[in-house]
Amino acid sequence: MSRLNDANLAIAREIVGRYPRPKSALIPLLHLAQEQDGYVTTDAMTHIGELLGITSADVYGTASFYEMFKFHPVGRYCINVCSNISCQLVGGWELLEHAEHRLGIKAGSTTEDGMFTLEDVECIAACTEAPALQVNYRYRYTVTNDDFDQLVDDLSAGRLTDEIPPHGTLARVRQRTPQNWADTGRAAQAEVDAR
Amino acid sequence: MTDVPTPPSSYHVPGLVPSGPKLVTGRFDQADGHTYEGYVRTGGYTALRRALTEMTPEQVHEEVKTSEMQGRGGAGFPAGVKWGFLPPDVFPRYIVVNGDESEPGTYKDRMLMELDPHQLIEGTVISAYAVGAAQAFLYVRGEMALAQERIAQALNDAYANNMVGRNILGTDFSVDVTLSWGAGAYIVGEETALIESLEGERGMPRLKPPFFPAAKGLYLQPTIVNNVETLSNVPWIINEGGQQFHDIGAPSSTGMRMFAVSGHVNSPGVFEVPNGVTTFRMLFEAPEYCGGVRDGRSVKAFIPGGASAMWFFSEHLDMALDKPTVDQAGSMLGSGAIVVMDDTTDMVAACWRIVRFFARESCGKCTPCREGTTWLERILKRMLDGHGRPDDLATLMEVCESISPGIAWPPRQTTICPLGPSAVSPIASAVERFRHEFEHYVEHGRPIDGVHRHAIHGTGAHV
Ligand SMILES: Cc1cc2nc3c(=O)[nH]c(=O)nc-3n(C[C@H](O)[C@H](O)[C@H](O)COP(=O)(O)O)c2cc1C
Ligand code: SF4
Ligand code: FES
Repeated sequence: MSRLNDANLAIAREIVGRYPRPKSALIPLLHLAQEQDGYVTTDAMTHIGELLGITSADVYGTASFYEMFKFHPVGRYCINVCSNISCQLVGGWELLEHAEHRLGIKAGSTTEDGMFTLEDVECIAACTEAPALQVNYRYRYTVTNDDFDQLVDDLSAGRLTDEIPPHGTLARVRQRTPQNWADTGRAAQAEVDAR
Repeated sequence: MTDVPTPPSSYHVPGLVPSGPKLVTGRFDQADGHTYEGYVRTGGYTALRRALTEMTPEQVHEEVKTSEMQGRGGAGFPAGVKWGFLPPDVFPRYIVVNGDESEPGTYKDRMLMELDPHQLIEGTVISAYAVGAAQAFLYVRGEMALAQERIAQALNDAYANNMVGRNILGTDFSVDVTLSWGAGAYIVGEETALIESLEGERGMPRLKPPFFPAAKGLYLQPTIVNNVETLSNVPWIINEGGQQFHDIGAPSSTGMRMFAVSGHVNSPGVFEVPNGVTTFRMLFEAPEYCGGVRDGRSVKAFIPGGASAMWFFSEHLDMALDKPTVDQAGSMLGSGAIVVMDDTTDMVAACWRIVRFFARESCGKCTPCREGTTWLERILKRMLDGHGRPDDLATLMEVCESISPGIAWPPRQTTICPLGPSAVSPIASAVERFRHEFEHYVEHGRPIDGVHRHAIHGTGAHV
């Protein structure tokens, strides 16, 4: 259970500064918290509330709407198999069934060693490359059962750590606030909000 | 090519498939097309320079109006006309780029964001100039890590090169582009829900009227929401002219357009084709595109514009991908998502899977949608599981009626947004055409002979 650490606090302040109103930074900050701890902790939500000037209930109210946010530990690798229409048509369910057997868990749960969480998800915008899946939101296309086994082997053996960071980390490049940030939006909105 | 049914006279001769310039996909085959250097080397940011140094905002707007480019996010509303809805003299105003792409079957915006992020940024800055926006927000779907990464890098480089930010290219025009991102919720693709999300709220749609974004959008200020593909076309329009754009495709559906064709075709793919003139058959059968239905089978049904659309059948194959034509035939091109189902498809299962999507993604704000989609899903699942009841089909249609009175197209809306009625589309389509498949499930507890039975067993619940 942790608040944002100092490095992330600095990043959080930078993110907040790029919006006309602080609360707009809420979802990005929740992602930051999830990146730090692998899931969104209660303390982090309290901390984010303090940063944005809202209650932690408010923070949770928004966070709980979005399915990417997890409020308890999940696997180091979340494997999301798409079963939506384009994938269903070419074997999405069969792939999911194989995944369940291979990992020894049902979709919607986590392996005992905490390595893998398996989910049955909606369309991930890779429909022409079906059946498709994501591991921590990194794509694998036209996945066969053998591909899946190989993927699990590689992940277990730590062979993909460069490509696939632990659950919680999305983009590994962040937008920065440069010298020539214009700040026109925030200035203009502040004027309107002051009225 | 595999066997195809005897072609009607309008069948294309290979080589006669209409082609056109690559307006937005031109850099897809360049290994460094997503980098600043690669973008500039291939003519990037020339449109921005032209717009800011040679044109007034009104002239930029005029070019986009002339192009008659229809929005690529779903509704197909002309971008130039939408920009004209901004009330004069109300500031600040904002531009929001809708990169939430999650309509089942849709795959194009992610490509544009991953493979050509600078093109989108350039289009966004030019559009911000045209409409006088104080700030732009690029809202990327939460699940798209690479797109977020590429856009973040592109923005950092664009700022460093003075293409975004204060006094862009030495002019007195300044605008910031903020990368924002979602966290898993289809409904956030709906523009007012997206705005709620950008304000840090639960992504629930607002009532229109009064909350038309152009009038009362982000922070209740005038806001333009445009799709990724829409704005990615803007640099080309500025470089080549709105009239040039209009000259491509059909007068009723101008320019080139991206379509993703998935499902039972030999080579599914995303294609940028002349809008309004290419037919479904060409896309499905031409070797340049999908190369025919798999195993030489025939098309049983296809979805012309995403999971929300009414289905089409073999008699629609020779229809052009033209907005008014498809609208008139009772469906929509929506988000350019075409899903092909061959004659081995279990229509009850296909229908159920789409309905499950809407049931799962309903935001819960309106009762007919929240309750109705769940009922529909349960009834269909019960049929699939072999426990269908004699009156299930009637109940199904009754519930459809309560979500979408008259089951008309376009739907008569009793809900705040179109998501609820969207769940009715697959049912209305499949039941009308394949009623016997539903009845067979109820009677025999299994699909009709000759269709593929899926190993359905997911939970549909999230961790
Ligand atoms: C339920 C629902 C989901 C939507 N999802 C998206 C989406 O993911 N991306 C998108 O661009 N538009 C989506 N739209 C359409 C947007 O509300 C909006 O019309 C569009 O972003 C406007 O851009 P355009 O005029 O450039 O097409 C959705 C609409 C609805 C009703
Ligand atoms: S129709 Fe459904 S998704 Fe749309 S606002 Fe109502 S409950 Fe939410
Ligand atoms: S349906 Fe599976 S990625 Fe779109």
